[in-house]
Amino acid sequence: MRSDRSTSAPPGLKIAAAGGLLFLHLPIMLIFLYAFTTEEKSYQFPPPGLTLQWFAVTWNRPDVWEALSLSVRVASIATAIALVLGTLCAAAVSQTRFFGRETISLLVILPIALPGIITGIALRSAFSMADIPFSIWTIVLGHATFCVVVVYNNAVARFRRVSGSLVEASMDLGANGLQTFRHVILPNISTALLAGGMLAFALSFDEVIVTTFTGGQQSTLPIWMLQELIRPRQRPVTNVVAMVVVLVTFLPILAAYYLTRDGDQIAGSGK
Amino acid sequence: MSAITGEQAILIEKPGLAGRISDFFWKHPHVFLAVMLAPPLLWLGIIYLGSLLALLLQSFFSIDDYSGLVNYEFTLSTYGQLLNEANLDIIIRTVSMAAIVTLFSALIAFPIAYYAARYARGKWKAIFYLGVMLPLWSSYLVKIYAWKLILAKEGILTWFLAKLNLLWLLDAWLSIPVIGGNSLSVSYTGTFIVFVYVWMPFMILPIQASLERVPANLIEASSDLGSTPQQTFRHVLFPLALPGIVAGSIFTFSLTLGDYIIPQIIGSSRLFIGQAVYAQQGTAGNIPLAAAFTVVPIVIMGLYLWMARKMGAFDAL
Repeated sequence: MRSDRSTSAPPGLKIAAAGGLLFLHLPIMLIFLYAFTTEEKSYQFPPPGLTLQWFAVTWNRPDVWEALSLSVRVASIATAIALVLGTLCAAAVSQTRFFGRETISLLVILPIALPGIITGIALRSAFSMADIPFSIWTIVLGHATFCVVVVYNNAVARFRRVSGSLVEASMDLGANGLQTFRHVILPNISTALLAGGMLAFALSFDEVIVTTFTGGQQSTLPIWMLQELIRPRQRPVTNVVAMVVVLVTFLPILAAYYLTRDGDQIAGSGK
Repeated sequence: MSAITGEQAILIEKPGLAGRISDFFWKHPHVFLAVMLAPPLLWLGIIYLGSLLALLLQSFFSIDDYSGLVNYEFTLSTYGQLLNEANLDIIIRTVSMAAIVTLFSALIAFPIAYYAARYARGKWKAIFYLGVMLPLWSSYLVKIYAWKLILAKEGILTWFLAKLNLLWLLDAWLSIPVIGGNSLSVSYTGTFIVFVYVWMPFMILPIQASLERVPANLIEASSDLGSTPQQTFRHVLFPLALPGIVAGSIFTFSLTLGDYIIPQIIGSSRLFIGQAVYAQQGTAGNIPLAAAFTVVPIVIMGLYLWMARKMGAFDAL
C-alpha cells in the first residue's frame, strides 16, 4: 500500500483539531473586542458601541503605571538572577558527569513542579520567621527561584550541542577562562540564553500566585488585575490592561520561538 | 631535538592573574565544578528547600484553641484535623476536580497533538506549534478574565444560546444539583471549564512528542492487517501515546490541585485545597493547619510522579 494515503487527515480528526485550537484562541480574541466596548457596568455582549476613550483613561491612571513599573523592575531583576544561576547550573550539569546530577535537575524543576501556592506559603512563613519585611526584594526572591528552570532548560539543551573540544581548543591556544567564555562559549549559547531570558521575563511578568504571598503593600500588574477581578472598580480600564498584557506577552514568546526554532529544543515546553 | 615532554607542554602557564586562575581550574575540574554549582545550589537550597522544610516542620505543631497562638510541641493532631468531615470534603472535591480536568484535557488535546504530529507539515507545523504556545504562555489572569466575560449572565455564551433558541438547555443544566448554580460563573461547571481551558495546553506538547515517535508504517501495517481505525487506535496508537498522556497529566493534575485563584473568581463558595491553605494562613492565622494542607498535594504528586516514572512518562517530557 502506498504511504501517501496518510497525507490527508480524516475529516473527524480535522474538525476535532480545529475545534480544539479555536477553543484555545477565541476567548483571548474576545479580550480585544471588549477593550473597545462603551458598556461600563456589565460584560454585555454584543457591545452596545465601540470607543477608543478607555485607552486614554487607562493612560492617565497612575495606579496602572505604578503596577506596570513594579512588574517590569521585578521581572528584569529576577531574569538577571535566573540567567546567572541557570547558566551556571546548566554548564555544570552538561559539561561534566558527577554524582547527583539527577538530583540537581530535580531541585531546579521542583519550584515549578510543585503547586505555586506551596512555594508561596513556604516563602511567606520563612520571611515572617526571619523577620524580613515585605518589599520588592521579597517578590524578586520568589520569582528568581522559579525562573531558574526556564533558563536552565534552554541552556542545557544548547550546551549539549556545543562540543567540549571547542573549549579545550581555546584553552590550548592560550586563552584564559574569561576569554574562552567571551569568545567561544557565549556566542554559541547566546540565542538560547536570550530565549530563556525572555521566557523567564514573561513568566515573572505574569506571576500572581507566589506574588500574593511574597508581596506586601506593593502590587505588580497581575496583583492589580487580581484585585480588579475580585472587586471590579472600573471594568473598561481592566479590559484595556488585559489587552495590553496579551500583546506584551506575545512578543517575547514569538521572539523566543524564532531564536530557538532551528535547534533541537523546545523553548518553552513547560512553564 | 627539543625535549619537551607531554607533561611540560601542558604545564606552559598562562600569564596574569586570570590566566593563573584558569590554569588552576583546568587542573582541578572538581573545584571548578564546585564553584559553578555553589551559587545555584545555595540559592535553591537555602531559599527554596529551606523555607519548604521550615513549612513542613510547622505542620507538626498545633494551634492553641484559646489563645490562637502556635504551640511549638511535636504533635500529629494537626494532621488529624485534616480528616475532619469538612476538610476531607475539600480534599476529595479537589482531587476529583483534578482528575476530571485531566481526563477532559487529554480528550481535547489528543486530536490537536495527533494532527500536529502526523499530518501538519512545514508552515502548518509552525502554526500548530505557535497556536499551542501562545495560549499556553499568555497571561493566566487574562485567560480567567476572558472566561468571566464569556460566562457572565449578560455575556457572549448566553447571547449565543439565545440566538440558537437553546437557553432552555442552559437552564436545565444549571438546575442540576452540585454542578449547576445561579449562573455558569458561580457553578462547578464554570470552574471546570476554566480549569480545562487554562491547563489543557500543557497536555498537548508531551502527547505530540510521544506521537511523533510512532512510525507511520506501524499504523499502516495495522490497517493492512485488517484492523479498523478504532482497533488501530485502541491497540497500537493509544498504548504508544500513553507515556505522553501521563507526562501531560502531571501538569494538568498538579496545577489544578494547587490552584486557588480560578475557584475563587469563577465558582461556588465551596473551597478547594488551595483556597483552604490560603484561608488558614491568612484570615485564620493557623499556619500549622495550612502547612498540613500543603502536604496533601505534595504526597499526591509524589505518588503520581512515582507511578508516572514506572510507566516511562519521563522519557516523553
